[in-house]
Amino acid sequence: MAASESQTATETMKLEVFRFLPDEGELPNFQTYEVPYRDDWVVLDALNYIKDEIDGTLSYRWSCRMGVCGSCGMMVNGEPKLTCSAFLRDYYPNQIKVEPLNYFPVIRDLIINMDQFIDKLGEVKTWLIPAEEKSVDEGEYLQTPAQLAKYKQYTMCINCMLCYSACPVFGQHPDFLGPAAIALGQRYNLDSRDGGADERADVLFSNEGIWECTFVGECSEVCPKNVDPAGAIQMAKVTATNDWFKGLLMPKGKKKSGGDQ
Amino acid sequence: MGSSDSTCLSHDILIVGGGGAGLRAAIAIGEENPDLTVGVISKIYPMRSHTVSAEGGAAAVIQSSDSHDHHCYDTISGADWLADQDAVETFVEEAPRELLQLEHWGCPWSRNPDGTVAVRPFGGMKIERTWYASDKTGFHMLHSLFQTAIQYDNVTRYDEWFATKLLIEDGRCQGVAAVELGTGQVRAIGGKGVIMTTGGAGRIFPFTTNAAVKTGDGMALAYRAGVALKDMEFVQYHPTGLPGTGILITEASRGEGGVLLNKNGERYLANYDLGEAVDVNDERHPVKRTMELGPRDRLSQAFELERQKGNTLQGEYGDYVHLDLRHIGEKKINKKLPFVRELCQNYVGIDPVHELIPVRPVIHYMMGGIDTDLQAATSLPGLFAAGECACVSINGANRLGSNSLTELLVFGARAARSAVRFAEQNSTINKQAITAQATQEQTRIREQFFQPGKGTETIASIRVDLNRALEQGAGIYRTEESLQTACDQVRELKERYKSVELADHSLTFNTELIAVLELGSLLDVAEAVTHSALQRRESRGSHQRSDHAERDDEQFLKHSLAYQTDGNPRIEYSDVSITRWPPGDRVYGSK
Amino acid sequence: MTNRTGNTTTTERQLIRKMPANWWLKKPAYLRYMIREMTCLFVGGYAMFLLMLAARLDKPEAFADLLASPLAIALQWIALPMAIYHSVTWFNLTPKVLVIWRGEDKLPGFLIAGAHYAGWLAVSAGLIYFAMSGGTDG
Ligand SMILES: Cc1cc2nc3c(=O)[nH]c(=O)nc-3n(C[C@H](O)[C@H](O)[C@H](O)COP(=O)(O)OP(=O)(O)OC[C@H]3O[C@@H](n4cnc5c(N)ncnc54)[C@H](O)[C@@H]3O)c2cc1C
Ligand code: SF4
Ligand code: FES
Repeated sequence: MAASESQTATETMKLEVFRFLPDEGELPNFQTYEVPYRDDWVVLDALNYIKDEIDGTLSYRWSCRMGVCGSCGMMVNGEPKLTCSAFLRDYYPNQIKVEPLNYFPVIRDLIINMDQFIDKLGEVKTWLIPAEEKSVDEGEYLQTPAQLAKYKQYTMCINCMLCYSACPVFGQHPDFLGPAAIALGQRYNLDSRDGGADERADVLFSNEGIWECTFVGECSEVCPKNVDPAGAIQMAKVTATNDWFKGLLMPKGKKKSGGDQ
Repeated sequence: MGSSDSTCLSHDILIVGGGGAGLRAAIAIGEENPDLTVGVISKIYPMRSHTVSAEGGAAAVIQSSDSHDHHCYDTISGADWLADQDAVETFVEEAPRELLQLEHWGCPWSRNPDGTVAVRPFGGMKIERTWYASDKTGFHMLHSLFQTAIQYDNVTRYDEWFATKLLIEDGRCQGVAAVELGTGQVRAIGGKGVIMTTGGAGRIFPFTTNAAVKTGDGMALAYRAGVALKDMEFVQYHPTGLPGTGILITEASRGEGGVLLNKNGERYLANYDLGEAVDVNDERHPVKRTMELGPRDRLSQAFELERQKGNTLQGEYGDYVHLDLRHIGEKKINKKLPFVRELCQNYVGIDPVHELIPVRPVIHYMMGGIDTDLQAATSLPGLFAAGECACVSINGANRLGSNSLTELLVFGARAARSAVRFAEQNSTINKQAITAQATQEQTRIREQFFQPGKGTETIASIRVDLNRALEQGAGIYRTEESLQTACDQVRELKERYKSVELADHSLTFNTELIAVLELGSLLDVAEAVTHSALQRRESRGSHQRSDHAERDDEQFLKHSLAYQTDGNPRIEYSDVSITRWPPGDRVYGSK
Repeated sequence: MTNRTGNTTTTERQLIRKMPANWWLKKPAYLRYMIREMTCLFVGGYAMFLLMLAARLDKPEAFADLLASPLAIALQWIALPMAIYHSVTWFNLTPKVLVIWRGEDKLPGFLIAGAHYAGWLAVSAGLIYFAMSGGTDG
């Protein structure tokens, strides 16, 4: 194998990669590649090496290579990971198994279909529905650092889908809104500028929404950006329950929900 | 779902690119003209676009101590007087409204204790005016735009479609041909007005902050269709990238007080006419428009000169200097620069709270691009362009940090308005003709790349050689000879490109096909860069010629325009618009 | 009211991977979750048992018999660790449900969980005290 670029390229490492090529009509299988080992390489570097030097047919997504675009999520030894921040040195000298993210349909090789997720964002209405209209000419909505802090964590989601592939509930019910979509709904519900919690409640607080969640909690464990979607869901459950009680006590007078967390 | 017409998809306005500029344009139409239909084509999911990586912030005048004139002057002097001053004035005037608009769409801008939007200083600025969302500004802007755009049902998204050709009929751009990655089919997508927002082309160089997708496709499509690429010789080096990966350490780290040190621990910038080194614990530090807050071209050049003196450190990935943030303290770093800390910990294994960050100049931004006017219109009727792929120009010979994110919004919205006006007057699309063109395009692509045994070249080998040619020939300092060599090499590589052989001939998600199409774009963009640089025999901003060390306003206070021909590109020149700021010296450091 | 999609891909040719029945054995965290879920059966069972005891409150002999039956003793031995596991896992999760803000900072999770543990200890101590002292009084 051509390992021209480095002095230490005598060391190599094996990658066992999931292959699925619908055009060839073949059943999914694994293919093993040997790549040079470098301690500053991430799994994505190894895949790029394979694509450039060994097998141009291997397909996967990537772009930023700095953990912010959310493209490169895959199962690495059974764990959902951003391959641009999973270092070979953490696995060396053992073989690494790379598969497409769990529970999603596979389009080809390591590429999953995540279109449904974006539809879910639309259902949840992940955009600002202003609590009070204000024209741009009147300047910004004031928001103190403390108000910002209440929802900031949930804005950090890079839509990488790792949380979905850690969620057995999503695995069994693909219609479950899932961790990231709910966290993004909460992100707007908790934003002091937003007044759309009621509009989101139907979808967010439905059986496909928060009540489908049984609190496995793994979504938050695998999230590379500390979004803590599990926390978002549980807080939403508290809000929904409070709303329900309020609804019992005063059935007519609709109360603003969500914002009081 | 989608348009049901199986032969030709079409929309009133077609936007190619789903980054900051593309989404801003889409929302502009969604908001203002809900009756018009919009198509947004993006080769990756829009929220993955490269805008997502931008860290530091977006500039607009908001403080009462600031003024439009200050912002104009900083931009124009930063640009070494090559920016069009009418464009800069328009940009500066519309900037605050655009950033406020984004605030109304939910962007989580960092705030002052009283709840107003906070600003930080950036390089080359007299007064701080950079709005930021900690150090993930582009990320928050892009996701806010994307999540806002989702709500419009007059917008049809073509996610993971790759545009390969402009479809021109009756002298008017009426759409593009694009490969749907999922099926491998090439389809015509019509638009009465077409807006290019495909971003930059940093990937012509090996060592860049740019994401893999920044391959200059839109520039190449326009160039091939006879539109000029303007000021392509101006390529920005950012002074602080991580060696090896090229990952950016934002200028905000210097805006917050970070300093650059050579191997002797000296603040070497003081030796390069960038002002005096005020102690980091002095209240005045960091002094705006001096030292670490000088413009990027000057800082990158200082590094190169320091390297020649042997004052830099040597590492596995070449020479580097140190960025010192330690005095800023853990609390402030966590609050204002958390991503910088995360990146350093992940990719270099150091903690900037206690350790020095190794950095070196890295290719960052294309000042040049598709030649447009103030209305974002190109010379091809029906074709508009905005964002990094376009050149209005407000960036001239050197962009000021944090002007680009704002530019996406200002000119994204302008392009949308212009395209709508154009579409009202040109309401027909010759569907039959453009469909036929797309069919031809499909045949061309399959014949060129899916013929077994035809070629001997691999994508990787050509890409590596191209990267090397550009780095050696068109780096921070350039000469006639180095550029001539680079031009020749690019021409050879274009020859070699014709015999690339693909291993992958399948239709479903053929990423190798996309890679070879992107390589084609890189080659065309590189051709324009090297030839424009060869012809500009002066030094200005980011274009430094060791053999022509002075700025030459007499001959070269002009925009270059590269036109593709069968042989070498033809380089023409056009005037720079000067309104109120006659060309002067760029003074950083002294009052 | 959301975007339309121009994509014409169909899921037909895509690979749908079935979740294996033993998915919960694939990861220690899943197994811990399953145990937590299962322990609720025992917690529930013990609650039933308490109800049965309550029904015998006016018949001291029947109450004592039930309490002393081998089955009941076995149940209590099993239910105790289960209930403890159940409580501990849930207490550890309380910081996710209950977030208390102090300005821009969250109250640290260990304080929230800690407060729950403290409450648990206090209630248990109270109960034990009551059982000890109440038991002798009759
Ligand atoms: C690391 C980094 C940090 C930066 N930080 C700052 C900063 O702090 N402040 C600042 O002002 N600027 C910053 N910049 C610059 C700024 O981020 C970019 O100039 C800007 O984001 C470009 O946006 P865009 O919308 O023009 O293009 P992009 O965001 O790059 O989007 C291009 C779009 O076009 C699509 N596309 C491209 N080719 C095709 C094709 N052939 N077919 C279909 N679709 C296609 C892509 O899918 C994508 O959606 C930074 C740049 C980098 C690299
Ligand atoms: S919540 Fe976390 S894991 Fe889930 S998509 Fe967002 S960033 Fe990824
Ligand atoms: S490549 Fe962007 S997150 Fe990994």
